[in-house]
Amino acid sequence: MTKASDFVIPFIVVFIMLHGLFKGVDVFSVFLDGAKSGFKIVLGIAPSLIALIVVIEMLKTSGALDIVCSFMAPAARLLGIPEQLTPLTILSPISGSGSLGIYEGILKDYGPDSFIGRVASVMMGSTETTFYTMTVYYGSVSIKKTRHTLPAALCADFTSFILSSRIVRLFFHQ
Amino acid sequence: MAVFSFFCAIATGNMGNLSTAIINGGSGAISLGIKLLGIVCMWNGFVSVAQKSGLTQRLCRLLAPLLKVLFPKLKDKEAKEYIAMNMTANLLGLDNAATPLGLKAMHRLQSLNPTDSASDDMIRFVVINTASLHLVPTTIAMLRSEYGSTAPTEILFPALLTSACSIAVGICMTAILRRLTNDKGK
Repeated sequence: MTKASDFVIPFIVVFIMLHGLFKGVDVFSVFLDGAKSGFKIVLGIAPSLIALIVVIEMLKTSGALDIVCSFMAPAARLLGIPEQLTPLTILSPISGSGSLGIYEGILKDYGPDSFIGRVASVMMGSTETTFYTMTVYYGSVSIKKTRHTLPAALCADFTSFILSSRIVRLFFHQ
Repeated sequence: MAVFSFFCAIATGNMGNLSTAIINGGSGAISLGIKLLGIVCMWNGFVSVAQKSGLTQRLCRLLAPLLKVLFPKLKDKEAKEYIAMNMTANLLGLDNAATPLGLKAMHRLQSLNPTDSASDDMIRFVVINTASLHLVPTTIAMLRSEYGSTAPTEILFPALLTSACSIAVGICMTAILRRLTNDKGK
């Protein structure tokens, strides 16, 4: 079955190309020039990406994350975050694949239409892997001093963690 | 963090797993980098075409009011165009396109920035990107339907509202922290 969302990317690509042709742009050579500049960007990111991913893997496998999670659970309960979701809140700013794995686990255990499932969905939908995004974005322009980016971004994440369970309650009267 | 992991591994007896994790992390980062390379190059190509044909200027004009609120001091046209495209990709839920476009925007912002510390506009831009404003949360809707949800997209509005609030908080925090740390960037 084809869904409406499947059309988005092909449509955009075709639209950009047709618009270019229509305006008389040499579409192929411009595309190649643009693509070439992508190499430099990715090369710039690679070193910081390696550092980040190694540390995340270490945190995950050494059990450090589990230890942090068990410490955080009471604090989370105080803030109205269901305790089944603490691992998600801790992992989601750090690791995209890790939090996706936890999210799938939650959907499987509690069902997507349960309260927990809905809150987890809203959390996932309203946060991004903060550390990864910061590494990639700043790494690409080799900026080391990020000033107050991290605290501000974490405050934003924190807001969505606290709000998601409240907003789900509001929307679905649960 | 690495040191902390080391001691946790001693405590939990996971040292063997930890050493494989370090090796896997290194190679994993490179395979991620290569995956990223293809996507970034491809979207860079499309963006060049869109730029040459004047499509990005139009998009920028469309989002001008929003950009004015979020980046009041930013005057550079090219940077604004990239930011407009990055936000469009984010709104459409095209994560793969949003990152390359965001990187282009960062490059442009850095060329306007004489130092090696982040400029105010960069901070705001990164914070917006870490909070992820999606109109269509594609991945999540897909997973939800996979696990038998009766209404996979019902979380759309709650998620949108939550992201909007968290972005607002993030932006306010950049202003507050800037004042608190008394750090004017230069």
